Amino acid sequence: MPAMPDTSTHGAASGASPAPGAAPERIEIQVLRYAPGGGAPATQSWTIPWTRDMSVLQALQYIKDHLDGSLTFRWSCRMAICGSCGMMVNGVPRLGCETFLRDLAPGPVRLEALAHFPIERDLVVDAEDFIGKLAKIKPYIVPKEPRGLDEGTYFQTPEELARYESFSHCINCMLCYAACPQYGLDPKFLGPGATALLHRYNCDSRDGAREERMDLVHSEEGVWSCTAVGYCSEVCPKAVDPASAVNQNKTASALDWFARFLPGRK
Amino acid sequence: MEVFQADIAIVGGGGAALRAAIAAAEANPRLAIALVSKVYPMRSHTVAAEGGSAAVTLEEDSLENHFHDTVAGGDWLCDQDAVEYFVEHCLEEMVQLEHWGCPWSRRPDGRVNVRAFGGMKIERTWFAADMTGFHMLHTLFQTSMKYPSIRRFDEHFVCDLFVDEGRVQGVLAIEVATGEFRLIRSHAVVIATGGAGRVFRQNTNGGIVTGDGMALAYRHGVPLRDMEFVQYHPTCMPGPGLLFTEACRGEGGILVNKDGYRYLQDYGLGPPDPWPRKKAMELGPRDRLSQAFWHEQRKGRTIPTIHGDAVHLDLRHLGRAKLTERLPQICELAERFLGIDPAEAPIPVRPAVHYTMGGIPTDVGAATPIPGLFAAGECASSGIHGANRLGSNSLAELCVFGKVAGEQAARFAAGAGEAGNGVALRWQAQDAREEALRLLERPSGGERLAQIRDGMAKAMEQGCGIYRLAGELEGTCRTLAELKGRWVALGLQDRSRAWNTEWLTAIELGFQLDVAEAMAHSALARRESRGAHQRLDPGCLERDDARFLKHTLAWRVHAGAPRIGWSDVVITRSPPGTRAYGAAGEAAEAAEATGK
Repeated sequence: MPAMPDTSTHGAASGASPAPGAAPERIEIQVLRYAPGGGAPATQSWTIPWTRDMSVLQALQYIKDHLDGSLTFRWSCRMAICGSCGMMVNGVPRLGCETFLRDLAPGPVRLEALAHFPIERDLVVDAEDFIGKLAKIKPYIVPKEPRGLDEGTYFQTPEELARYESFSHCINCMLCYAACPQYGLDPKFLGPGATALLHRYNCDSRDGAREERMDLVHSEEGVWSCTAVGYCSEVCPKAVDPASAVNQNKTASALDWFARFLPGRK
Repeated sequence: MEVFQADIAIVGGGGAALRAAIAAAEANPRLAIALVSKVYPMRSHTVAAEGGSAAVTLEEDSLENHFHDTVAGGDWLCDQDAVEYFVEHCLEEMVQLEHWGCPWSRRPDGRVNVRAFGGMKIERTWFAADMTGFHMLHTLFQTSMKYPSIRRFDEHFVCDLFVDEGRVQGVLAIEVATGEFRLIRSHAVVIATGGAGRVFRQNTNGGIVTGDGMALAYRHGVPLRDMEFVQYHPTCMPGPGLLFTEACRGEGGILVNKDGYRYLQDYGLGPPDPWPRKKAMELGPRDRLSQAFWHEQRKGRTIPTIHGDAVHLDLRHLGRAKLTERLPQICELAERFLGIDPAEAPIPVRPAVHYTMGGIPTDVGAATPIPGLFAAGECASSGIHGANRLGSNSLAELCVFGKVAGEQAARFAAGAGEAGNGVALRWQAQDAREEALRLLERPSGGERLAQIRDGMAKAMEQGCGIYRLAGELEGTCRTLAELKGRWVALGLQDRSRAWNTEWLTAIELGFQLDVAEAMAHSALARRESRGAHQRLDPGCLERDDARFLKHTLAWRVHAGAPRIGWSDVVITRSPPGTRAYGAAGEAAEAAEATGK
């Protein structure tokens, strides 16, 4: 027959069949729920069958498909690259798609919206503040030496690439903001992710807008608000190390400040 | 209802949409551009493309090579005028992305590096490690912030398109956060909503890849073209279907069966050199590799896993250093999802649905049959993929034709004259709004949408798999018709307007059922085997140029099965020839050269 034999199911809850006669293992999933106009957030819990290869995202999909269609969360790629499914898993900012129930068993697993952001509904937070911060740092090349398309690419050695490459891995999942105590206290703080991206462009050999971006680094909302906790880098799913970007900019900001007193500098 | 007046509305937020928006903004900064996407642009599925993007780069390569690889790879169903335009413009688009900051992987001398992909005569795939789509998308998204004329409508779900007085007039969007409707009027609309792989069960696609734009055009009388050509990518994770890029094989990875045997040599792809030979073995095209898996499975030479049968993708001989440099995301996926270290153990893989070759028919100017309506990217059938897309042509396509779509939409909008009949448009918008809201008013207790969705995905896999049979295709067509009837009676548990993803998923499911029907009926009508469409029925086993060197067209018929028709394939300089790979391919090429 043309169809390929297969034992998996669509979407959620795919996994091994339990041994004949054995009941599937079950795990309790608790979600902090909130709906606009629906009163204060409250916890609801479900006990669902699970398998070792099931992620937190698949648990949520199982609940939405089979138990409660109103449960609300963002998701898309399922492979930790689109940055949609950030949430607090047992109090820690994680991506739901690459957090596995096997590492949380026997449960219960507690899921909440990302900390430090206003909740729109259930696990969905308002991301507009972060998106605004992205735009603010001029997240694009302002060419040091403009070049026509017919002149081909800029030269950039692997060493020059390595100077910014890891900071370009940010998937904008906002886990680092949920981890940042300073952002929790004062949302004006530019924060880890946007600072890492700012640093990425400043370190790019093709870019010439470092000076403009440094105004933001020096400012009240810039790097000096950071209290050097370093939790942002711990939770980053892509090893971007925003804490290092912030620290390097503290040094750069201090040097810029002292450089003002050097002869020959305006 | 809030009304926003734009000159151009772009539906989608991925690579093609962003490239179109930037092109339109640069072509005419006075035009108001609305970029309307159901997710924040950087969540779009371009983000998941891994391996790379094609452009003729090396001295020893040529546009002729890229043209021929693409046309032969597409089993001669490509529109050759579109392929010519495409191969000529890939390089400048890759250079443009470089100027915009894309972190392309480099050679020691500072020039951009290229790697080999399947079906490719000379290395021409530009890459940013194995996160190429991610970097292209973020580069385009961040660059788009430079242009004040681009106004984004993030997390706005487009539920209808307006056509009046013979041309497109705008779109209706639902703001996801509030459930409020916004009418976005425009002189031109660009559809750039990506593919429809989620109509299948095991697929590499994100949850948002639901064929929305295809269905919108289809519902307004545009035929969908070549929808039976669905690409199975040969190396995906059993179960969820997540992708292990073709670059694994471009870098030298091999595929072996349960006996550790490089089985591709049994399917006309040998000889099995120990080094990666281009256009042979693991660097054959995707359709042939997925078909070889199917045969291995039937011979009982695959490896059982809890999610069905698999073969092994073996990368161990590449060594840890190379894996970390060239394939970091692959290592991460294997380690985190499967607990496998690719430097130490092979990865189990199997084919899964990856890409829709067909879509909204466009000409070389990205124009659809409706004046003012343009399309680009996976949702479009630009004519460059034919019956099977070559790896790394789709990322290049979304730049090349995204730019064309943006420029042509700008030209059309600037010359469109007076806006359409506002009163008629508002009535249309009211009707569309009420239709969408009716879903919320259906009595609860109806069928769950997950049941209908799973039924659709199962039926598509049964009938529209790697190999197809008339009887099974007919079964799939019947099931889809029945599911459409059940969709009308589905019940939603969520009655709220703010962030009601159950409601939006139900609208998407309606889109998916339309697209799935177009696929299944097109597949049934094409009684031959070509590229990714392989039939097992008597009389359909071979390519049949006499009867089927044609594009399939599927028109939507209200409350009935789609009507199928045909259109000509544009052949400019490559008459249909023998499609062969490995040693057989080299022999065929040599014979052709001496024949000339």
